[in-house]
Amino acid sequence: MDFLNAIVLLSNYVLIPSLVYGSQLALGALGVTIVFGIMRFANFAHGEMMSFATVSTIFITWWFQSIGLTAGILPTALLALPFGILITGLLVWATERSVFSYYRQRKSKPVIFVIASVGVMFMLNGVVRLFIGTDEIIFMDGLKFLIKAGEFKKWSGLNEGLALKQTQVLTVLLAILAVAWLFWFLQKTKMGKAMRAFSDNEDLALLSGIDPEKVVRATWFISAVLITLAGVLYGLDKSYKPLIYFHLLLPIFAAAIVGGIGQPLGAILGGYIVAFSEVAATYAFKKFLRYLGPEGWSPEDLVQLLSTEYKFAVSFLILVLVLLIRPTGLFKGRVL
Amino acid sequence: MALLLGVVGATQSWNVSLAILNLCLISAVMSLGLNIQWGYAGLFNAGVMASTALGGLAAVLVSHSPVGEAWAVGGLDTGLAFVTLVLTVLGAWWIRKKVPEGPLRRVFFLVWLLCGYALLRHFYEQASLNIEAVDPAQTGFLGGLGLPILLSWIAGGVAAAGLAWIVGRVALGLRSDYFAIATLGISEIMISILKNEDWLTRGVKNVTGLERPVPYEVDLQQSQWFIDLVIRLHSADPNQVGEEALQEMVMSASGVFVKLCYSGLFLTVLLLILGLAALALNSPWGRMMRAIRDNEIAAAAMGKDVTNRHRQVFILGSAVIGVAGAMLTTLDGQFTPGSYIPLRFTFLIWVMVIIGGSGNNLGAVLGAFITWFTWIEAEPVALWAVENLNSFLSEGNPLRQHFIEVAPHLRMVVMGMILILVLRFRPAGILPEKNTNRT
Repeated sequence: MDFLNAIVLLSNYVLIPSLVYGSQLALGALGVTIVFGIMRFANFAHGEMMSFATVSTIFITWWFQSIGLTAGILPTALLALPFGILITGLLVWATERSVFSYYRQRKSKPVIFVIASVGVMFMLNGVVRLFIGTDEIIFMDGLKFLIKAGEFKKWSGLNEGLALKQTQVLTVLLAILAVAWLFWFLQKTKMGKAMRAFSDNEDLALLSGIDPEKVVRATWFISAVLITLAGVLYGLDKSYKPLIYFHLLLPIFAAAIVGGIGQPLGAILGGYIVAFSEVAATYAFKKFLRYLGPEGWSPEDLVQLLSTEYKFAVSFLILVLVLLIRPTGLFKGRVL
Repeated sequence: MALLLGVVGATQSWNVSLAILNLCLISAVMSLGLNIQWGYAGLFNAGVMASTALGGLAAVLVSHSPVGEAWAVGGLDTGLAFVTLVLTVLGAWWIRKKVPEGPLRRVFFLVWLLCGYALLRHFYEQASLNIEAVDPAQTGFLGGLGLPILLSWIAGGVAAAGLAWIVGRVALGLRSDYFAIATLGISEIMISILKNEDWLTRGVKNVTGLERPVPYEVDLQQSQWFIDLVIRLHSADPNQVGEEALQEMVMSASGVFVKLCYSGLFLTVLLLILGLAALALNSPWGRMMRAIRDNEIAAAAMGKDVTNRHRQVFILGSAVIGVAGAMLTTLDGQFTPGSYIPLRFTFLIWVMVIIGGSGNNLGAVLGAFITWFTWIEAEPVALWAVENLNSFLSEGNPLRQHFIEVAPHLRMVVMGMILILVLRFRPAGILPEKNTNRT
């Protein structure tokens, strides 16, 4: 019984939250890594693009709600998602045409791209706040909990409750769908193969008649899909706050680099590694160990590696460790 | 630039104008520091904020008077924790040096680090609990050394240089955007440490009321010589102007006087650093740095140690930014870890350097002035524009209210726009680097 209690406790506070958070990070890191694989620069505007995507989805959601269109027990934002993707796609395409394409034609150094993306980051940061302000926004509607902690306790007779939010299930499901679609696209379609060829060796790809413009367009579109999914799912699960999305950039970069930048599989793995370590390193294992240990025994302190304020710092500790020990990341990304 | 500041002085007030000038001067020092890293050596440092914040911390630790009680209850444990830290690091270094490579070393290394960490946590928790319990509303931290705050400008530079040395060991030698991400991360870690280690910095409770290197307004308003000076400057007859008008004059003049004192101090530092930077840039050392920047492989083939030079220039630049950070905290008179955000303290400095002209010291200074001026004045201008555009909207209209609330964010858009436009149409900046032979 104690063992079951311990498992439920751990699932409720560590396993499920980090699985969900990891899926959100993985989607974000996939976007970063794909842009990096094709265009060879780290997009600093990624977090703000996620923020923009979420805001446009929120506006569509509000519009749907005002005309009485809802998705029953599912959140209305799901209906708005395709429109959000479309708007984000347009935005990303506009930045590509007006900012990045110029430097690509001139074959500028990657660092120039990074500075340009900092400019884009500033602009989007301002634009988003111009439209929606700086307040926290909760745009989740529909059924909140699939399993409630109290009901679970009654049903199982355990001391520990297990709560499962609908957004958590949705996040994981949609992430699996998106990743499956992405891998199908990259492996099976002609464009996907062209993208992989382009990422692997640009000159050879150009030689075999691959149109770089098309590849770039497809890349930005895929990244727009991933950006919107990651942003909206994060916003649904927690809440939308403009400042948070800038801070998400850091764990997302960490995830992409830990997995090996330019490697889609690595980005997914990196997302989960970062999420699990962030949650586990700041969780107090006292109660968990009390269940596992002998009767009546309890650890003296909280058995917490770092206090919760250092959650964001954890991803960077991992990043630094990976940089020191294996700079190419777990999946042998590009040598940087 | 002087003209613009003059316009602000005439239309808003001289106090506002001088406040902008002071921050322009500090920003100029920061952008000079970043220019040393980016303009001379091509290092993309996205962790400018870490140096700034560390400089600020130095200002607190140097100038705040020590909290004796906190030292009494927590001093011993703090000392022990520090000794443990040093011993752990030294031991780890020794193991790396002396024990031959292999699984044994790894086990040794890990066990040693874990033991060290556990012991450190033990002392550290004791110390921080005790210290933070000392009168938490007033102090609750160790305090500083109680020395003049001007010394902290040097201390801030040294501290930032020390941090840069550590960061350089970890991150230099990576490709540029990788280096950027690593430094960005380290600066975020630095800020979260400052926010949460209350025993050292009071965390988000802030340290206020730092000692000033210049006179206080209140003292000035009471001293006779200052009142006489104001009367002479206004060439007014004390008998004709009323008591209240005179008081008003003295009030605003005292603010201006204090700000002018700061401006003098900052200007001295700026000129000093500008002179040194110009000397360095035109020396053989500067030529070598530019050669490394423009072609690392060729420079390495000529026998230049690229990573070592990079580390050197990274440390130098960070030290300059650290000095500016200490100056900023001195000007504010308080240390607020919560106010350090990367957009303002890292990326805005980047905009300054790019706009002004990377590699050109005067350009960096000019860029800092223009950028800071735009950053500050964009808000009143945006508000003014909103007011006028909105004149057809009735008072209390929710849309009008929304526009007025969000108008300040327009400056982000303006900044981003300027950065993108300059990068595209004038990539060398307003004052391009001289005698450049870059392709």
